[in-house]
Amino acid sequence: MYIYILKRLGLALLVAFTVSAISFSLLFMAGDPAIAIAGENASMEDIQMVNDRYGFDRPIVVQYFEWLGKAASGDLGNSWYFDLPVSDLIVDRLSVTMLLGLLSISFALLLAIPMGVAAAMKPNSLIDRAALFISVVGQAIPSFWFGLILIVVFSIKLGLVPASGSTSWAHFILPTIVLGYYATPAIMRLTRAGMLEVLSADYIRTARAKGLDSRKIMFKHALRNAIIPVISLAAVQMGFMLGGSIVVESIFALHGAGFLAWESISRNDLPTMQALILIFSMFYIFFTFLADILNAWMDPRLRIA
Amino acid sequence: MTDPILTIKNLTVDLPEGGDRPHAVEKLSVDIAPKEIVCIVGESGSGKSITSFTTMGLLPKALKPSTGEVIFEGQDVLKLSPREHAKLRGSRMAMIFQEPMSALNPCYTVGDQIEEVFEQHTSLSKAERKAKTIKLLDEVQLPEPERIYSSYPHQLSGGQRQRIVIAIALALDPSLLIADEPTTALDLSTQAQILHLFKELREKHSAGIMFVTHDFDVVAEIADKVVVMKEGKIVEQGTAEEVLNRPKHPYTRKLIDAVPRRTGSVNAHMTEKHKVMEVLGLNKTFHTKGTMFKPSRTVHACKDINFIVHRGETLGIVGESGSGKSTLVKCLIRLEDPDSGSVIIDGSDIAQFTPKLLHPYRKSIQIVFQDPYGSLNPRRTIGDQLVEGPINFGEDRAHAMERAKKLMEIVRLEQDALYRYPAQFSGGQRQRICIARALMVEPEVLIADEAVSALDVSVQKEVLKLLNEIRDEMGLTVLFITHDLRVAAQICDNLVVMQNGEIVERGNVDEVFGHPKHDYTKKLLSAQPGQNWNVPDISKLPPVDPALLDQALNQPMGAVR
Repeated sequence: MYIYILKRLGLALLVAFTVSAISFSLLFMAGDPAIAIAGENASMEDIQMVNDRYGFDRPIVVQYFEWLGKAASGDLGNSWYFDLPVSDLIVDRLSVTMLLGLLSISFALLLAIPMGVAAAMKPNSLIDRAALFISVVGQAIPSFWFGLILIVVFSIKLGLVPASGSTSWAHFILPTIVLGYYATPAIMRLTRAGMLEVLSADYIRTARAKGLDSRKIMFKHALRNAIIPVISLAAVQMGFMLGGSIVVESIFALHGAGFLAWESISRNDLPTMQALILIFSMFYIFFTFLADILNAWMDPRLRIA
Repeated sequence: MTDPILTIKNLTVDLPEGGDRPHAVEKLSVDIAPKEIVCIVGESGSGKSITSFTTMGLLPKALKPSTGEVIFEGQDVLKLSPREHAKLRGSRMAMIFQEPMSALNPCYTVGDQIEEVFEQHTSLSKAERKAKTIKLLDEVQLPEPERIYSSYPHQLSGGQRQRIVIAIALALDPSLLIADEPTTALDLSTQAQILHLFKELREKHSAGIMFVTHDFDVVAEIADKVVVMKEGKIVEQGTAEEVLNRPKHPYTRKLIDAVPRRTGSVNAHMTEKHKVMEVLGLNKTFHTKGTMFKPSRTVHACKDINFIVHRGETLGIVGESGSGKSTLVKCLIRLEDPDSGSVIIDGSDIAQFTPKLLHPYRKSIQIVFQDPYGSLNPRRTIGDQLVEGPINFGEDRAHAMERAKKLMEIVRLEQDALYRYPAQFSGGQRQRICIARALMVEPEVLIADEAVSALDVSVQKEVLKLLNEIRDEMGLTVLFITHDLRVAAQICDNLVVMQNGEIVERGNVDEVFGHPKHDYTKKLLSAQPGQNWNVPDISKLPPVDPALLDQALNQPMGAVR
């Protein structure tokens, strides 16, 4: 098991390293960054000044390692637009996005897994049909529309929850529902399919032949086997929620990292974009790693290094 | 005799509407006494498993017992609520299944899975549970119980896993043990050990055992009483001695007649000595890649294999799982590339041919696989699948179709079978179709890779007969790969016995089975169940009681194909 974790960790670090190299070279793919900063009509002297300040005329490899070294120590450079250290900006914004992401994935899992299990226990029953209906609707509704509908009903008409902002926990209720509901259908369908398959497995018959009560058969023997692919899916969904929450964040004016990404793209703020890509992919890698470890913990066959 | 533990009276289990018959089990009555092994024998679909599932309360939801009683320790279990029935399962009655590979949950240690029984049915402490479990592991003769206790199922072999399942069943010393084909999926020597274990357990515990099987040799090995089932009904029951040696019912006689004899066939048909295939020094090794943390492993699947097959000969390649016989076959038809050595067909060594050079030789070796259900494409007609090979070799479709019709006759199927789909045929019929498909390209060598292992005995006998006829009529050469010594004895002229990738013994059937030289062959032969039973010659038995004959004639003979 420890060897397995070490190997996965090594692999994760390699991926992280590769991603950082790619995200850095983005800076140079978009054209000469010095010209981008100095502006279209800048003179050679202006460009030279920018180069002196930022060091864009040095070899890319040197610049990369300098950036990497600084990034590792938490210095991600200065935002060109906000003129603030990028790390401060991100720490500030990321907490909002992280909170939203964790709330949403928990919401999705808490809704999808019980629904999937219930649907699998009685296939083609009313519960199954209802679960299918909920998941199809979740798949079909665009999240911006769903978000606006929720705002109209619950904030404007009923006045139950605030429509925008991120100052209290109440502000997170609607965004969590919108973002979490979007992830629900896939998790629910995978749970249902997995449970159906596992419930017809021979070892479930063995468990019944032992006279175990049905609760134990369901949760100890069936769910553990069925949940393994769901963990991997949830990790990917979580990564997606961090990077892909831009729409939801804009609707509810939550100033999170997704919103920051949108701002930096529209303002050509390269250091911020680079840093965000790096951070998002690190989280992605981290969650995938976590899912691998969780899966190996659940299923001993995966522990073979 | 003591009172029976289990009395099944007039049990009928209905099949859902639209099935091929109204009842899965009809008016079945059986008694099982303590320390008694009752074998329920029948071919697939005879309702023998349904009987055991009904007793255990494990029937699929679609099936419901409609009439009858299943009296276990004085109470009718059919009248119990599911919860009450569950209380008996695992404690008073226990079950062992056919597939040891999938019968255990991969996520928990086997120790945990055994302990669960104590956890569910007793109030023992953790330490007591563990002590009992270790004792059980020792009782089912697993080595190093402490180590096995904390192993996961995937770390154990099939035989070891079956012992775990038996340990689970024995945990609370049940008075009824139901075993559903418990040795069918196991190798011969493992089967022998498990059967021996059953006999020992019967002595030590006082349980009555319901043993479901299709194999009369296994019956001969362990049964006290035999119940023969056909299409949900009992056709005959009696003591093992009676039923095995003096079967009364025609159906029982037919089944026993289909049991492969242990003597070799007379190979008078071999006249010419024309070498069709020669294998010289064939080697194949598999390497698993080593990693930073694990040394690489090399498996020698075929070690210096040499043999010659003559025209019209049937060569049997016999071995248990892992003996390398499947790898050998794959090398012969070049689905795997041998590392070294030659496979000489018609004077050409195809072992090292490039795919392009190999193409014309592809049709000289054809193969029939084990699983008749998986080896035909369900969405294409039989005709389409038969002519595909010849068309690939340049024959025009109409001509190929004509030959396909003739072949249908040879394998004894109707010509209109060509226009039907695989799902419309039974396992035995599909295997005939597979044989016809292999013969379509007029091969020199036909490889039958466990081709009859998945079939019921009576069907098995028919297919073997067919293979023999085709070989004699067409001058075909057959390589017959099997783990079943009895089947090998029936069809083969010569044998090679493989163990761990090596040929350990060779010779004609009478030499190898009559006077085995190698220890492994001796061990295999002694593992064969039912050795003390001389299969009666059905033709010498007194004629069937006319009343039984009438009854047999009035029943649809679904299993005869």
